[in-house]
Amino acid sequence: MTAIYKREMRSYFTTPIGYIFLSIFLLFSGAVFCYTTLYSYSSDISSYFTVMLVLLMLMLPLLTMKLFSEEKKQKTEQLILTSPVSLFSMVFAKFLAAYTMFAGAMILSSFSFIILYQYSEIQTATLLGNIIAILLVGGAFIAVGVFVSSITESQLAAAVGTIAILAFFLAISLVNSYINVYFIRFIFSSISIFSRFQNFTQGVFDISALIYYISVCAVFLLLTVGIYDKRRWE
Amino acid sequence: MIKVASLTKRYGSNFALDNASFEIGGKEIVGLLGPNGAGKSTTMNILTGYLSATSGEVSVGGIDILKNPIEAKKNIGYLPEQPPLYQEMTVVEYLNFVYDLKKCKLDRHAHIDEICEVVKISDVKNRIIGHLSKGYKQRVGIAQALINDPPVLIFDEPTVGLDPKQIIEIRNLIRTLGAKHTVILSTHILSEVQSVCERIIIINKGKIIADKKTDELSRDIDDSVKYRLKVCAPKTEAIAAFRANAGIAACELLPDRDGDSITLSLENKRGIDIRKSVYYVCSQNNWPILEFSPVGMELEDIFIRLIDRGEGGNDKKKKARARG
Repeated sequence: MTAIYKREMRSYFTTPIGYIFLSIFLLFSGAVFCYTTLYSYSSDISSYFTVMLVLLMLMLPLLTMKLFSEEKKQKTEQLILTSPVSLFSMVFAKFLAAYTMFAGAMILSSFSFIILYQYSEIQTATLLGNIIAILLVGGAFIAVGVFVSSITESQLAAAVGTIAILAFFLAISLVNSYINVYFIRFIFSSISIFSRFQNFTQGVFDISALIYYISVCAVFLLLTVGIYDKRRWE
Repeated sequence: MIKVASLTKRYGSNFALDNASFEIGGKEIVGLLGPNGAGKSTTMNILTGYLSATSGEVSVGGIDILKNPIEAKKNIGYLPEQPPLYQEMTVVEYLNFVYDLKKCKLDRHAHIDEICEVVKISDVKNRIIGHLSKGYKQRVGIAQALINDPPVLIFDEPTVGLDPKQIIEIRNLIRTLGAKHTVILSTHILSEVQSVCERIIIINKGKIIADKKTDELSRDIDDSVKYRLKVCAPKTEAIAAFRANAGIAACELLPDRDGDSITLSLENKRGIDIRKSVYYVCSQNNWPILEFSPVGMELEDIFIRLIDRGEGGNDKKKKARARG
């Protein structure tokens, strides 16, 4: 597993993709931070995290799009699938590599919050709660990306497919307030990644949401394992 | 070392492999011979655990590949049809990655250096794989299979797309490896298995139609040989004269004209050497011989022969003929 993880990490930096991701991420995160807090003379971090969530939807597929599709295209997956490595550790190693990139970038950009302490009273607990939540949501997004990458040979299709699925989750939470039927609204709000996040931005640490994000992550990773397991039998 | 029992692989209603069984004992080089689409790659993919069979059992080194894939895979080094290379890595980086991937416990530097020596890629060790020539890529593919010194090596069409010099080098390499490992290689080139393998398994349309020692098969092939004869002679007379000869099973006119000569294809009856009698026929009639050479058997000829002789099924015979 460490072999695959190390190779993925190295490949982020031997190809331009890692640099592109990091620069886009830090650029946008910095810009969003400036506009939502410094320029608007506010120490309210809720809009920063909400905007970041939407941006993650567009940026994280950069990290996941090539994970499996490229192996399939280059036929290198035959090497991994015929070596003494379990399917789960293969999937998890790749997930972990993408996650390391994301978490690294997120933590790096979190240093900008230090500036806020100079100007205002800021609730460290809320801030940490938000950071933890966004790290978990990112994990769920990456798991979706990993899954989509495993069902296509094209990086572009993987990226677009991932964005489409995540946009669907976003659309659910936007549409939800206009739906009058309670039952549908209940289902929508329970599968919506975004509406659960709002609790955190308002300073509520929602344990059930955390469990939900981890479950989404686990489900998509296991689906990916399932895809590979099934493909052998076809 | 390898045991395959009634292996069947179905894609929908198509049988890629149909009840194939064979067993490979110790250190030998076994060739899997068959036309494209015969089921060679499928067999290899199942042996290495890349695909699962619809039914049947495979064990490598006594370990069932389905029940205990991770242990079984440790015994195998596999070079798929297209070498699984990461184009952006250097050769050394790549081999180190495979070393980690296979959880190899041998001394890292010594082991990788030794493999590079054996497959002769030491001089390109620090180059990026994507920039290497096809021959070198193939060698890196073989190097990858050798890591962790697995007892079984499986090579899927290792010489396809290489130039003649590289083909000879790769064949020599495989011969060397055969001394220490059980090697299975697939090919659709008859001369390749004859020159490299000790044993040949012929597979056609998913079925194993022959499993023989190479010399046995060669003897079968040598038993009846085709010759090509270019001779200056009147067409009808010459054909009549050869057909009248007791040792000659068939005489056909080939569509190749060169001045006043004609070209004939002659086939002997099993076990009869017709070379001398062909000469006597020509010399008695005062027909100058311009060319007289044996024609190598094509894979198709062998199929027809094996299917004709071995199983004798009428429909198979027809099919094989129709394809030939």
